[in-house]
Amino acid sequence: MVQTLETPLLSVEDLHVTYDTPTGLVRAVSGVSFELGREKLGIVGESGSGKSQTGRAILGLTAAGGEVRARRMEFEGTDLLTADQPTMRRVRGAGISMIMQDPKYSLNPVMTVGAQIEEAFLIHSKSSKRVAHERTLEMLRAVKIREPQRVYKAYPHEVSGGMGQRIMIAMMMIPEPNIIIADEPTSALDVTVQLQVLAVLDDMIAERRMGLIFISHDLNLIASFCDRILIMYGGKIMEQCTADNLHQAQHPYTRGLLNCLPRLDGGQSELSVLKRDPAWLETTGMAE
Amino acid sequence: MTEITLRSWLLAEIPGSRLQARCQWAFINWLAFKRNPVALIGLLIILGLVAVAALAPWITTSNGLELHLSERLQPPSSEHWFGTDELGRDIYDRIIWGSRITLYIVALVSIIVVPIGLVIGIVAGYMGGWVDTCLMRLTDIFLAFPRLILAMALVATLGRGLENAVLAIALTTWSPFARIARAEALTIRNSEFILAARVQGVSTIGILFRHVTPLCMSSVTVRLTLDMAGIILTAAGLGFLGLGAQPPTPEWGAMISLGRQYLIDQWWVPTVPGIAILVVSLGFNLLGDGLRDVFDPKSGS
Repeated sequence: MVQTLETPLLSVEDLHVTYDTPTGLVRAVSGVSFELGREKLGIVGESGSGKSQTGRAILGLTAAGGEVRARRMEFEGTDLLTADQPTMRRVRGAGISMIMQDPKYSLNPVMTVGAQIEEAFLIHSKSSKRVAHERTLEMLRAVKIREPQRVYKAYPHEVSGGMGQRIMIAMMMIPEPNIIIADEPTSALDVTVQLQVLAVLDDMIAERRMGLIFISHDLNLIASFCDRILIMYGGKIMEQCTADNLHQAQHPYTRGLLNCLPRLDGGQSELSVLKRDPAWLETTGMAE
Repeated sequence: MTEITLRSWLLAEIPGSRLQARCQWAFINWLAFKRNPVALIGLLIILGLVAVAALAPWITTSNGLELHLSERLQPPSSEHWFGTDELGRDIYDRIIWGSRITLYIVALVSIIVVPIGLVIGIVAGYMGGWVDTCLMRLTDIFLAFPRLILAMALVATLGRGLENAVLAIALTTWSPFARIARAEALTIRNSEFILAARVQGVSTIGILFRHVTPLCMSSVTVRLTLDMAGIILTAAGLGFLGLGAQPPTPEWGAMISLGRQYLIDQWWVPTVPGIAILVVSLGFNLLGDGLRDVFDPKSGS
C-alpha cells in the first residue's frame, strides 16, 4: 500500500466505453476511475463486466465502432485521450504493454519465436540486430526457458501452452514497459502451468518495479497474486479493497461472488447462485 | 535396426534436428502429392518444359530463325521431326526455343502480378472502410472486363511486342490475387496476434508486410499455378492476333497464326505449336490442382 503514495503511473477518471450497435448503445464501461502506481492491481468481474474493455481503452485499442470518453486518462504525463498515432505507438509496448489470454492465438504462426520477440525490441530501440538477438536470448532465459537457442528458432506451434505464455511475457517485457496489462493471462492454461507462469510474471514485475493490471475472473487467484482489487460489474466498479481484505468485502455483489466459490472446508451441499440487483448499476459503487 | 535408410530417416517418429523435421514435412507432402497420378503428370510436364528450355542449345540443330527456302513445308520426317514451316524453318527447333519464351512470359507476369495483387488485397482487407471499397471496386472493374479484350486494348495503346504483351497480361491478371489476399487479410486482421503486434506498437506498414503477407502466400501460390494456364493462353492469343511476340520470334501463338493458312494441306505447321500450348497449359492446371489438394488446409482430408 505504500507504493500508492507515489505519483501514480496511470490515472483514469470517469472512463466510458460505448459501442453503437444496430440494437442500440451498449455501455461496455461506464464511469470507471482508478489510479495505478508500481503495484499489482487486480480487476475481477464476470464475463461482460467491462474489465477487458477497460484494458483495451487504456491502450487505445478499442475495436472499431467503439467510443472512449473520460474526464482524464493519463500515463506518465501523456494524455492518452488526445495523443496522436505516433505517440500512442510509442506508449504501446515501451510504456504500457498487454499480455493476452491464449498464446495459441496471440503469437504469429508463421514467424519464429525469436523474430517476434526481436521485433518487439527493435521497434522501441535503435539497436543492431546483434544486440537484439542477445537481448532476446537473455529474455528467454529470464522467463525460464531452458534451451533459449532452440526455442529462438522454433515456431509457436512447436512450443507448449505454458511456454507460449512465457514467450508472450518475454515479448511484452522486452521493451521494458512501466505498466503491464495482463488480460486473463492464465485462463487458457492448466492449473499446474498457471502457477509457473504466474511465478515468472511475479519475478519480472518485482525485479523491474512495474505496475501491473491483472484482469481475471478468478477471485482466489487475484486475491493471492495482487495487492489491490477492483470488483467490476456491468461496466462499473462495485467495490475496491486490498487483497488481504477481500474476504471481508462488504458489497453484496462481491459477497455473492465469494459465495459462489466451492470451498474445501465448507459444508454446503449446493453452491449458491449469484443474485443480481439492478440497483447496483444505478448507484455507482465507489465513485461517490 | 542399425541400418538407417533414407526412408526411415524421413519417416522417423521423432525428428532429431530441425533439418530433419523440414525434410520430413516436405517428404510427407510429396507422398501426399504422389498419390495423385494426374498431378504427377502435371509436374512431369512442367519439369519437362523447364528442362527443354534449359537444354535448348544442345537439343536443337538450328536457332529456329534461319531460312531454308528449298525445304519449305516439308512433312514430318526423321530429319525434321515436326516438319518445316513456310520459310523452311524446322518446327521442332522453333517449338523448343519457343518454350523459353513461354517460360519468360509466365515468370515475368508472376513477378509483376503477385506483388500488385498482394499489396492491393492486403491493404483493402486490413484497412477496411472506404479504402477497402475503393480498392475493391477498382479490382471489380478489372475483373469485369474480358481478359483478352482488355489485354488487346492495352497492347494496342502500348504498342506491339512481347514486353508490352507481358505488361498487358499482368494488368489483367492481378485482380483475382487481390481478391484472395483481401479474403485472407480479412480473417487475419481480427486475430489475436495482430492485436498483440499492435500492443507492441508495430506500425500499420509493419503489420501488413511482416505479419499479414506471409500468411497469404500459400493461397496466392496455389492460385498462381492455377492461373498459369490462363496466362499462357492469353499470351498465345495475343501472339496469334499479331499483338504479342513479333516474327520471326518462335512464339507458339504467333506460329499458329502464321501456319493457319496451311492447315488443310500442311496440317503440321499450325497443329504442332497448338499441341505444345495445350500440353503446357494442361500441365500447369494439373499441377495447380495437385498443389491445392496438398497445401489447402480447408479441403484437407
